Amino acid sequence: MTQAPGPQTHEITVGTLARVEGEGAMRVVVDAGTVTDVQLRIYEPPRFFEALLRGRAHTEPPDITSRICGICPVAYQMSAALAIEDALGVVVPPEVRLLRRLLYCGEWIESHALHIYLLHLPDFLGYPGAIEMSADHRDVVQRGLRLKRAGNDVMSVVGGRSVHPVNAKVGGFHRLPTVAELTALRPVLLQALEDALATVKLVAGLDFPDFEQDYTYVALRTESDYPLEAGSFVTSDDVRFPVADFGEWVTEEQVEHSHALHARLRGAGPFVVGPLARYSLNHDRLPPSARQAADEAGLGETCRNPFRSIVVRAVEIVVACEEALRVVDGWSDGGVASVPVPVRAGVGHGATEAPRGVLYHRYELAEDGTVEHAQIVPPTSQNQAGIELDLRRFVQDRLHLDHDELRRQCEQAIRNYDPCISCATHFLDLTVEHR
Amino acid sequence: MDPHRPAKATLAVWKFASCDGCQLTLLNCEDVLLDLADAVEIGYFPEATQAVVEGPYDLSLVEGSVTTPGDRERIRQVREASRRLVTIGACATAGGIQALRNFADVDEFSSAVYAHPEYIATLQDSTPVSAHVPVDYELRGCPVDRGQLLEVIAAFLHDRRPRVSDESVCMECKRRGNVCVTVAHGTPCLGPVTHAGCGAICPSYDRGCYGCFGPAETVNPQSLTRRLRALEMSERDVRRVFATFNAAAPAFAAESARHDQPGASS
Repeated sequence: MTQAPGPQTHEITVGTLARVEGEGAMRVVVDAGTVTDVQLRIYEPPRFFEALLRGRAHTEPPDITSRICGICPVAYQMSAALAIEDALGVVVPPEVRLLRRLLYCGEWIESHALHIYLLHLPDFLGYPGAIEMSADHRDVVQRGLRLKRAGNDVMSVVGGRSVHPVNAKVGGFHRLPTVAELTALRPVLLQALEDALATVKLVAGLDFPDFEQDYTYVALRTESDYPLEAGSFVTSDDVRFPVADFGEWVTEEQVEHSHALHARLRGAGPFVVGPLARYSLNHDRLPPSARQAADEAGLGETCRNPFRSIVVRAVEIVVACEEALRVVDGWSDGGVASVPVPVRAGVGHGATEAPRGVLYHRYELAEDGTVEHAQIVPPTSQNQAGIELDLRRFVQDRLHLDHDELRRQCEQAIRNYDPCISCATHFLDLTVEHR
Repeated sequence: MDPHRPAKATLAVWKFASCDGCQLTLLNCEDVLLDLADAVEIGYFPEATQAVVEGPYDLSLVEGSVTTPGDRERIRQVREASRRLVTIGACATAGGIQALRNFADVDEFSSAVYAHPEYIATLQDSTPVSAHVPVDYELRGCPVDRGQLLEVIAAFLHDRRPRVSDESVCMECKRRGNVCVTVAHGTPCLGPVTHAGCGAICPSYDRGCYGCFGPAETVNPQSLTRRLRALEMSERDVRRVFATFNAAAPAFAAESARHDQPGASS
């Protein structure tokens, strides 16, 4: 951290924002006591996925795009598979949809447990990281690790491994797990459900800043279930649109300070995706114990305090455990692992709820199935403008704090979004410029 | 470790161009993570902690490939601050999926993704760490295997060579008791030429190996290609199958290039 001399002009820089996935920085400009600009700078080196997908076979995007993010590879596999299937007119059987949901539940448990216990909780309890936190709260950290492992176990059984699973493909799966394989997950998931409920209780009792924002939320919604692997779009302004219309509603622009593209919603501007949006637009879709846990945590039907996203994430782990148990308990052998995928020219769209929010893919395929054009809109780039809006107000109210404390609180505010910078193409240092 | 120094060995984890999956694999060692943290001092691991211990570090794990002018300098600094440097994963070891740009024009790639490519600072090639600094050990995989990662960390902390086999996936597959997916089902499989370490996951899921651990030592991809062609894989698909997460690994790059003929698409 550096502090330049002078009463009017000084600058604070932090080299690396810790406990986020990827690399970035934050710059705040303060002019005569007023915050005039906030930039979340994402400078993770670009990897050009949308360019390198051109010329690949229609079967390849799930495996290739999963390498965008090691934390949420399943999200990439699912959105890619849906988009290609949409382009080719392929409809997968019910057992494939259920197994995709189970695989995705594993990723939600793993990713949310990672964020709650290893990345975010240390902010609330005042530790630099979970390892240091474990010196005083070993049982808590061990519970988090047990939960995280449960998610990994689900992904390993269904997908072969937890980072970049291998079993999912366009048209379904390479192999369906057996009843015996899934039944073995049952005790793991029952323990995970118990741990998830204990997590909701723990995080509901944390101290939260009094900070609410009038967000425009965007999430998926389905006829009956809490959204994960399917759904169509809904917003907090009650706008509804199908996945295929995403491009008409959401535009992306590139800004100089970031390698992630900024997203805007037609008629609304910046918007927010992720656990708060999902929860607030799907409260009536919560399965029973998740709804009870949310009630007991005092969440209400909507949540507009980003700091309480840690509670919503905990409730979503309960959702994922319940849903995973439902799939495991209803599973039978003899299903069809995949359907044939005949190629043709076409355009397809796919959207699913990654742990950090909606992940959208669009592909244009040639007659032989070759990818001619690919577009990927990850959740963190959709949230980037919303994070900047949060920070602008948050910092303005806290300019009286000393620089270390301000930086610490800003980092916490950024972590509310669990920004996945690898996904957004891309991470954080903090610069506060006083002019 | 230096016997004169009572302090615990220090471990640092660095990220370059990558997906975070290999360092996540370290956090995925849930059952031993706290024991590991007791055994070493975590000097630098920003994904896990804000705490920073000044270097030099006894062991640095490096994830990711070098793709920007800034990172080309940073990897030298990391090397200088590290007694031992181990690369983890396909990006750090072979350049990763982003090395597909090495076979294209990166400016064209940048224009295809960004409206203002002039904001982007990038190098033409995505290169492994070994192209820039001496590396003490390279661990393969996209992602690395958890068991192998722990073995490598344990080995370097005790100043011994890691016990990591350099045989092919076929050997692991046989030991796992799988039926050969190529022989029995005619499924194209890169197992014969791919470095072991994953435990032959794909064939266990009725899928051919897709080479995510990169080439094994002394392999003969040309011979495998004859088999793939006999299984009616097109020239273009042969080119694609060697051009993924280890596209710039020499043995795979050479084999892919042999099928890189315009018009050889069927």
